[in-house]
Amino acid sequence: MQTPTDPAYLAAELRLPTNWLDYTILAIYFVVVLGIGFAARRSVKTSLDFFLSGRSLPAWVTGLAFIAANLGATEILGMAANSAQYGVYTTHWYWIGAIPAMVFLGLVMMPFYYGSKVRSVPEFLLLRFDRAAHLLSSILFACAAILIAGVNLYALAIVVEALLGWPQWVAIVVAGFFVLAYITLGGLSSAIYNEVLQFFVILAALIPITVLGLKKVGGWDGLSDSLSASHGDNFMTAWGGTGIGSDNPLGANWLTIVLGLGFVLSFGYWTTNFAEVQRALSAKNLSAAQRTPLIAAFPKIFIVFLVMIPGLVAAVLVPKIGTSGSDLQYNDAIPYLMEQLLPNGVLGIAVTGLLAAFMAGMAANVSSFNTVFTTDIWAKYVKTGREDAYYVRFGRLITAIGVLASIGTAFLASSFSNIMAYLQTLFSFFNVPMFVVFIIGMFWKRASVKSGFWGLIAGTTVAMLNYFWIYKQGVIDIPSDQGANFVSAIAGFVAGAVVMVAVSLFTAPKPTAELQGLVYGTRSPGMSEPPAEGDDAWYRKPALLGWGAVILAAACYIPFSF
Amino acid sequence: MSAQHPERHGWSEEEVAREVAELETKSATAARLFDIRRIIGGLFVVYGVIVTITGLTDSDAAIDKAEGININLWTGLGMLLLGLFFLAWLKLRPTAPPPPDITAEEEPAQH
Repeated sequence: MQTPTDPAYLAAELRLPTNWLDYTILAIYFVVVLGIGFAARRSVKTSLDFFLSGRSLPAWVTGLAFIAANLGATEILGMAANSAQYGVYTTHWYWIGAIPAMVFLGLVMMPFYYGSKVRSVPEFLLLRFDRAAHLLSSILFACAAILIAGVNLYALAIVVEALLGWPQWVAIVVAGFFVLAYITLGGLSSAIYNEVLQFFVILAALIPITVLGLKKVGGWDGLSDSLSASHGDNFMTAWGGTGIGSDNPLGANWLTIVLGLGFVLSFGYWTTNFAEVQRALSAKNLSAAQRTPLIAAFPKIFIVFLVMIPGLVAAVLVPKIGTSGSDLQYNDAIPYLMEQLLPNGVLGIAVTGLLAAFMAGMAANVSSFNTVFTTDIWAKYVKTGREDAYYVRFGRLITAIGVLASIGTAFLASSFSNIMAYLQTLFSFFNVPMFVVFIIGMFWKRASVKSGFWGLIAGTTVAMLNYFWIYKQGVIDIPSDQGANFVSAIAGFVAGAVVMVAVSLFTAPKPTAELQGLVYGTRSPGMSEPPAEGDDAWYRKPALLGWGAVILAAACYIPFSF
Repeated sequence: MSAQHPERHGWSEEEVAREVAELETKSATAARLFDIRRIIGGLFVVYGVIVTITGLTDSDAAIDKAEGININLWTGLGMLLLGLFFLAWLKLRPTAPPPPDITAEEEPAQH
């Protein structure tokens, strides 16, 4: 999900007291990362191996990679910042802003994605709609992936400069080189394996920070009491002050939270962002593909505590954080606690975890970029019908080009960080229309071939108009960027839907024979594969996992609602 | 593959399904990719040992910094346990040996 705050501002005096021990821990990690790349190399024989791990990974691996691809450092630092600024409202990004969408992806959409054997999200649009929708979504996705990879790289450089004192260009080149090396060597398998490893290192970094932070402020009760006293009672609740018309720091009410964040934005991100969906498409069978986002949902429910509590602790320890009265920005919450609380050793683990998270955030974008660029753009519009080995070679080449391009965008970001933030917002508007087109295309047989392209165009245009004109020019008063994002998303969704329906009424539908397995209520041969041995165990039933996650997330709201 | 119809390469549902199904039979990932449990287990055992030893030899200053908790010791033990868990899991449920029809080079598997 888009990170609410810009991670680019870190106080310069947060230099960590690292020593040789911490650097040894970091060096071991870099060696292992490269080793995974080299060891995965021999498994790459076909383009399917390189781009989708041969559709053969087990569900727990793809599930943890699914969560780790999202758990980039911009997410970790950004969500801690969000908590220091807005308090317990942060839980919305997890419990309503992620879980329902992940469950929907696993239970409802995955049979169509995986069963149709598409290799990417744009390829599904090609089958359901036409070349125009396919080419537009492929090109936009490719641009967005490179841009976001570059923003991750730039954020890494800022953080590493502040914490370790490396010059920015050193951090950018070193991280770029490692990501380039392991993806070029081992393709998606090595990206996914590194994400799984990174997931555990991140936990090992965040758990000590959370525990020590809580101890420092007198446990949860101490935390809760001091923040309620200083920031008001609503700061420690999820829904307090979100009535329509009432005022809260988030600038959003329950309706825009539920519809904008919970429905449109999060469904757009989790169900149609190929950097996420690709992890599920690499699973070994339909059952494993369905379970990928469902397995990811359970850690996602609890990870919020590991980013929110450090943010809240920082708000207690540095009461003026984020205001002009303090040198510390909201984004400094986790680095500040690392500096204050962690002795050498665990400090090295935490630094490693942060760097690993940055690299994984970048690698997820690069590995989805090379797939879309090769299978959707190059193999379909430029050099069609070559032998498979050609596309593997081209995939490696375009990975290198993609990494170099993101290094370029990282340097660009360092000189125009505001423009980059705008561009990122702009691309986030593209996820929403993409979701409209998917949802209508999947559930309404009549949606015509041409409606996909026009739905994408209309939704994107309206979301951008709302953000850049109605909000930025102040035509309607919306109190915060976050609130405006939610409204833009809803507007884009409605516009895309209206245009799709209108275009469908006046243009020809796709023949029913060509919709098998692409529209709800139809089936394809890939969807009727029998469950593999052991997949019929009760704890592997997708419906049970999915509904379990939804109920658990809803239950988590209870202690924070009254 | 679609050698006879290069102009229709991957444009329809059947084309995509056939192309991917054919690639799946040639794919080498299932047969040749190592098991990630070995790497997670190995790395966390190494990290666990390093951090635990650091905790055992930590000065009072390091412990005072961490609110009086020997955080290196506890984190180290936790990481060691996680590493051992993955190695034990690998030992008890080893990777299934690849089916013989996939290890044979270039032979399309027939199920």
